Amino acid sequence: MSATETPPHATRAAEARETTEGTVYTVTGGDWDEIAQAAVDRADDEKIIVNMGPQHPSTHGVLRLILEIDGETVTEARAGIGYLHTGIEKNLEYRTWTQGTTFVTRMDYLTPFFNEAAYCLGVEKLLGITDDVPDRASIIRVLLMEINRLSSHFVAIATGGMELGATTVMIYGFRDREHCLDIFELITGLRMNHAFIRPGGLAQDLPPGAIDALREFVKKMRKNLPEYDKLCTHNPVFRGRLKDVGYLDLAGCLALGATGPILRSAGLPHDLRKTDPYCGYENYDFEVPTTDTCDSFGRFLLRLEEMRQSLRIVEQCIERLEPGPVMVADKKIAWPAQLALGPDGLGNSLDHIKNIMGTSMEALIHHFKLVTEGFRVPAGQVYTAVESPKGELGVHMVSDGGTRPFRVHFRDPSFTNLQSMAAMCEGGMLADVIVAVASIDPVMGGVDR
Amino acid sequence: MSDDAHVNGNTNTNGVPAPRGNAGEAIAQRRGMFGARNGGDTSGYGGLVRTVRMPAGSSRPYGGYFDEVADELEGALEEQGLAPESAIERTVVDRNELTFHIAREHLKVVARTLRDDPALRFELCTGVSGVHNPEDTGRELHAVYHLRSLTHGRLIRLEVSAPDADPHVPSIVEVYPTNDWHERETYDFFGLIFDGHPALTRIMMPDDWQGFPQRKDYPLGGIPVEYKGAQIPAPDQRRSYS
Repeated sequence: MSATETPPHATRAAEARETTEGTVYTVTGGDWDEIAQAAVDRADDEKIIVNMGPQHPSTHGVLRLILEIDGETVTEARAGIGYLHTGIEKNLEYRTWTQGTTFVTRMDYLTPFFNEAAYCLGVEKLLGITDDVPDRASIIRVLLMEINRLSSHFVAIATGGMELGATTVMIYGFRDREHCLDIFELITGLRMNHAFIRPGGLAQDLPPGAIDALREFVKKMRKNLPEYDKLCTHNPVFRGRLKDVGYLDLAGCLALGATGPILRSAGLPHDLRKTDPYCGYENYDFEVPTTDTCDSFGRFLLRLEEMRQSLRIVEQCIERLEPGPVMVADKKIAWPAQLALGPDGLGNSLDHIKNIMGTSMEALIHHFKLVTEGFRVPAGQVYTAVESPKGELGVHMVSDGGTRPFRVHFRDPSFTNLQSMAAMCEGGMLADVIVAVASIDPVMGGVDR
Repeated sequence: MSDDAHVNGNTNTNGVPAPRGNAGEAIAQRRGMFGARNGGDTSGYGGLVRTVRMPAGSSRPYGGYFDEVADELEGALEEQGLAPESAIERTVVDRNELTFHIAREHLKVVARTLRDDPALRFELCTGVSGVHNPEDTGRELHAVYHLRSLTHGRLIRLEVSAPDADPHVPSIVEVYPTNDWHERETYDFFGLIFDGHPALTRIMMPDDWQGFPQRKDYPLGGIPVEYKGAQIPAPDQRRSYS
């Protein structure tokens, strides 16, 4: 190759100068102008469609996001769901009303108590026994739901942080969720899928030592919650990633049916616990926080504040607890056996088995009828809704007067909120999709049911 | 709970079941017991007949804010030149809930009126739920909507029905965009076709799925399992109490 001829793709040689310590080269890197020009010259209507998921660490389970991207900008976004559809609503039509709780608790697996409570409130309304549910049962329901709100928000913040690369947030979130699950395990025997709230009340009363554990839990949470403020709230990187991302204003929220933190981040203090109280929420002193930023950062702040409010409610529950029954007095509805925790898990208490097998045949018949046949629920339909950590969790329930539901439909907040993904992400950057979806906090078990 | 007696219901307080009346709208009949269908039932319960009656239409006063909502809706429909009695087939108040049964061709107008009229202002639709009752001839498929007014703190239900032979209901996605996915879900599970939906495709089931799983004639699809040497039939094949 001759010295005057330059090959077409050659880069300029690095400049060199002689010094006393030898030749020093000044390396200036590639010729970026050329690359930029080449990119401009290329046909720029070339858009790429990217499939994110269904198996992707940032999509909260099996969610498929179909993104049309132009460079780093998302021009269209669609969600593909249904990968976790298990037919729970159909299955409910083949089980008794009491067995239903075992199914619904598995829908949104991060908010089992809300699913159970919404379902049981519906059954109770159909039966017309809403007012007969003992106070103690309602207080324990509230208690469990509020701890569940904490654990759900912990996961939302933890996974959201993990997706940003903030692994410490993830570790902290799951650490504190574990404390919540310990309480659940102590009270119900299970960490998830409890089926503890039953039509008419609860499966059983609090175990000995629960109150002390709860007080200890509240103390621990009071200490741990400020750590999230220190880690995230004033962290410039965290703020930079979340602020003004996933924007959805009030009109958008209402049109798309978004509820929960998304709606409250748009400034509307809508909370079913205040506007449509159930389980005696009107007797508790708590606030509904809002922000008007409409973005992911606002939703993060709301979740933190809601956790503090939940702790307040938990404390009030502990104070209010009075000894008493945890199931309706009507023996035609209440589970016939006092459940007890045996070496092989929750089951009928041995005393009860002794009674029905040895002394009272009528009790045996009653037990058999109620456990195998279940109770009949007068025909009609109801809609009950609870404020789950994600928003309005509604249940539409139809009975034909039989021992099984005729139709149960769950309006899961994750399902409805996930629709707003497109509105939040289109026109934004690809990396912000992750943040926006995390701020929706969808749980696919609830979305697909 | 309200004091109005439920059909077949037990609303009294002294523990004695209320007598089963003939009130309410008969929608189906259940026969026999234990699910025996082909003469194998020797229990003596084979001749049982139970009529399923849903709560009947109510007459005024409905109580609470229900009268106000009904008045406002009727007035607003009249203003638009639509006779309320042609749009609202029936009004049911049961268990403290208000249900308007709407003629399907007028659903969109009613929904728009409920959303836009300042005195009604139902801003939030919580989606649509389907119900399939194969024995309710001519009204087999139901679409049930719950509307929430955040302004007034109210909740009502709209119900429309369509026959199996013509499973069409107008889409209200235009009025409530949130119903996009909900209507797709109801189509997916019940085969209810929402006319005017921007993209009515399956959402939960695979795109090439045959049939509509939540219909009553669609089997659960369970398989029998062996447990401790015995064959346990699938849940939909087990003995059941009708």
